[in-house]
Amino acid sequence: MSHDLVARRFLPAFNNPHLAKLDDAAIFDIQGHLAFTTDSYVITPIFFPGGDIGKLAVCGTINDLAMMGAVPLYLSLSFIIEEGLPEDELQAIVDSAQRAAADAGAMIIAGDTKVVPRGSADKLFVNTSGIGAVPTGIHLSGGNARAGDRVILSGTIGDHGIAVLSQREGLSFSTTLQSDCASLNEMVAQMLEASSNIHCLRDPTRGGLATTLNEIAAQSGVGIRIEEATIPVRREVQAACEMLGFDPLYVANEGKLVAVVASEDAEQVLRAMQRNEHGREAAIIGEVTAESVGRVVMKTSIGASRIVDMLVGDILPRIC
Amino acid sequence: MKLTSEFRRSELAQGLVSRIHRRSKAPARLMEFCGGHTVAILKHGIRQLLPPTIEMLSGPGCPVCVTANADLDKAMALAKVPGVILATFGDMLKIPGSNSSLQEAKAEGADVRIVYSTMDGLDIARQNPEKSVVFLGIGFETTAPTLAASVLQAEQEGIENYYILSQHKLCPPVTRALLDSGEVKLQGIVCPGHVSVIIGSRSWEFIPRDYGIPCVVSGFEPLDILQCIDMLLTQIESGISTVEIAYRRGVRPEGNQTAQELMKEVFEPCPTSWRGVGIVPQSGLRLRERYRRFDAELAFDFDPGPTKEHQGCICGEILRGVKTPRDCPLFAKVCNPEQPVGSCMVSSEGSCAAYYLYGLDR
Repeated sequence: MSHDLVARRFLPAFNNPHLAKLDDAAIFDIQGHLAFTTDSYVITPIFFPGGDIGKLAVCGTINDLAMMGAVPLYLSLSFIIEEGLPEDELQAIVDSAQRAAADAGAMIIAGDTKVVPRGSADKLFVNTSGIGAVPTGIHLSGGNARAGDRVILSGTIGDHGIAVLSQREGLSFSTTLQSDCASLNEMVAQMLEASSNIHCLRDPTRGGLATTLNEIAAQSGVGIRIEEATIPVRREVQAACEMLGFDPLYVANEGKLVAVVASEDAEQVLRAMQRNEHGREAAIIGEVTAESVGRVVMKTSIGASRIVDMLVGDILPRIC
Repeated sequence: MKLTSEFRRSELAQGLVSRIHRRSKAPARLMEFCGGHTVAILKHGIRQLLPPTIEMLSGPGCPVCVTANADLDKAMALAKVPGVILATFGDMLKIPGSNSSLQEAKAEGADVRIVYSTMDGLDIARQNPEKSVVFLGIGFETTAPTLAASVLQAEQEGIENYYILSQHKLCPPVTRALLDSGEVKLQGIVCPGHVSVIIGSRSWEFIPRDYGIPCVVSGFEPLDILQCIDMLLTQIESGISTVEIAYRRGVRPEGNQTAQELMKEVFEPCPTSWRGVGIVPQSGLRLRERYRRFDAELAFDFDPGPTKEHQGCICGEILRGVKTPRDCPLFAKVCNPEQPVGSCMVSSEGSCAAYYLYGLDR
């Protein structure tokens, strides 16, 4: 079954010389500093407005590489398929993974499939690993934020989480909202071209913007002060959050990034982001401070301040 | 966005804040009954904007928090009855009872499902005719009508495998109990918004009449709350106590009569136990005689075991407004949202959780 799948579904889609050999491992030449990352994807539902698990897995891995300033080169893609998954669904996911990789200029050169009995997986689990080349002179890290740096957000928050939630069983609400699922490597390259003073990039996925900012604050041993009024949130996302008792700051994103940039370069990095389709609504949302080390403090829309903590556990809908 | 942004406008908020500062002379202790208000006050940082003369106290208005351990234990025990699916709202999952939480029961194999409305519970019953579905109904007058509607719907459709564990509570009786105890002296009450949408602002008239305390029903946006505080100050200043509404887009004096009738048809008031307050007469809701067959407590044989209280936890005193989360020796030390000791740290409406998550002085 798995062999047949590989031959019929995977090889034609990912058509490239490395994979076509069907050897036990892909052999390739690569030089310089490398970035290597892996992640597993278990999203429900596997198709959602604006994407599917295949695109999500590829974009997620591309973005993990991009956040380190790496140019994504090669990816692996493994599927754990629950028996009974319709083949046309699998085909659609394979095609979409391939499109996402090609769009980002990366090649899928290794893969695996396993089919497990019904009930042993939830339709489809995907694991991706990625290798990228880090250009000389790029040293991005969550530990590099310095007091005085500006914090830039690439666009509206919460689109992915709310788009996915709107499709969940028992909670279907009607929205035209699309997930923001996208590869950000092109925008990152443009940002790095615009400034050599970008200290840190991170994509606020699970746990949302709040969690990412807290991670940076802790890792860098600094405080972060943001302003609520400057954070872009779509009307539909705000409305869904009000209804469900969520805070958009904690809702997942799959095509956004946070950049911590030296203040003198903030404006030009912002403009570089705004020129890219994934950063049109980018905004400077705050700054890094020497006070409140390890904490994120937000100036609220009415001019007071509050702590923005990490996400604890899962977000659960409230009673009233 | 009109839904919320209109009610968060900085310049209007600043205007109200200056007015409150100008007018507030004598110390005033105000209680926000509702956990939703506590959260909004901390989340938007309203407390920092108020003059030191105004003290805001959290009240008992968090349905998850006020549910007594003995009642939570019933839910855990029911979830473990073979063939039972326990359906409830997401908030309930992590609440620790005497020994465990529903989340732990779920991990041990109990079939616990999170739903978004009571009608979803009914759907589960329709889809699983061989199982018994128990809806754990926790909440105030806001969710009680929907629970009542599910019972009527089940009755009409002849759904035989649907039951409820009603732990719903009524807000006015517990407010009376708090005021009668005389433990806390209040100059004003921020009355609950969503509850008042259902029961109407008139339901609070006993407070100014019997206790001489000003009442204003508030919404949950910063401008609603600031306006409410300003209106309370006007009453305090003039020495006239009455019930006013600072949430006219949602609340009418008579409330939502359809919802009230639904509740009345299915439930009758009964004494019930509140965490920290004890048994309050006429403050619970039990199924009326003709709907008793839906009562999970009567339909199943289960043993919740002995009740235990959490040592050192002061949730009870916090819910009575006698203490604040910062008075608790466990707060942010052994008790946090990840490892909660008491329910006030778990619920999204709980005051300990709100102080922990948003408080600058944690």
